[in-house]
Amino acid sequence: MKQLTFALLAGALFGAGLALSGMSDPAKVRGFLDIFGTWNPTLMFVMGGALIPMGLAWRIQAKLRAPLAAPRFSLPDTTGLDARLIGGAALFGVGWGIAGLCPGPAIADLALAPREAAIFVLAMLAGMLVFKIITSRSTPMEGAKTPGVMGK
Amino acid sequence: MPEAWMFGLLGGLMIGCASALMLLGLGRIAGISGLGARAVGLADAGAPQSLAIFFIVGLPLGAFLMARALGGVSLHFPPNIATLIIAGLVVGFGTRLGSGCTSGHGVCGMSRFSRRSISATLVFMASGFATVALMRLLGIS
Repeated sequence: MKQLTFALLAGALFGAGLALSGMSDPAKVRGFLDIFGTWNPTLMFVMGGALIPMGLAWRIQAKLRAPLAAPRFSLPDTTGLDARLIGGAALFGVGWGIAGLCPGPAIADLALAPREAAIFVLAMLAGMLVFKIITSRSTPMEGAKTPGVMGK
Repeated sequence: MPEAWMFGLLGGLMIGCASALMLLGLGRIAGISGLGARAVGLADAGAPQSLAIFFIVGLPLGAFLMARALGGVSLHFPPNIATLIIAGLVVGFGTRLGSGCTSGHGVCGMSRFSRRSISATLVFMASGFATVALMRLLGIS
């Protein structure tokens, strides 16, 4: 119960931050990516603002044995670059550029522009489903096991 | 009249605090593509599904409350439905393949100085810049 409250609070604070920052507006995000147009630098301030508390949080995390409301930390421990990471990020950037939407603002926008956001979110889930089907057919995590295609 | 960058900075601080709450409270990364996939059963590993659902439901809830407090926010979506569908498909597939998006890699991973996340963020930003530039060149908007 305590964990679910934390999760809901974190999600709501995140969503509120997206709406306040202006990043819930796909046009502003595209404006940031549009370096040959009327460049909108707001996203840099959003990212900078978000990195400050998180930088502090990682310092605190290093001194904690366990999180406040859960028995242990469950954090990614993958290191090294691989083709999956780079290829996935490159693809994500294409989709991000096309519509000006990444997963967070898209889901938050379900409350602000339900029709458009729902179309994007459903398509996004379909893309995730395609990924799940493809990866469950081949050996799980096949790409991750291939030693650093992009080099270390 | 406050400038857009001030709202950006304040909103960013809230996003960072939300991610910090996730990390220090629950010991997890506030990565929205991963939590979103987990919430609807499209990811085999990650946070407990109930936890993912509560975080994901919080996003529109918080956005709604903030929009109310601000007296409304203006949103401009691509007018074409096909654009939204294509972008959504690519974002969904790409974020799963690359194990994260702007929140997980950009905010949580970069602040951890993770080499994977810094690389992913540089790549998706470069790819986003290139995509918008190419669309401008081809006259698509």
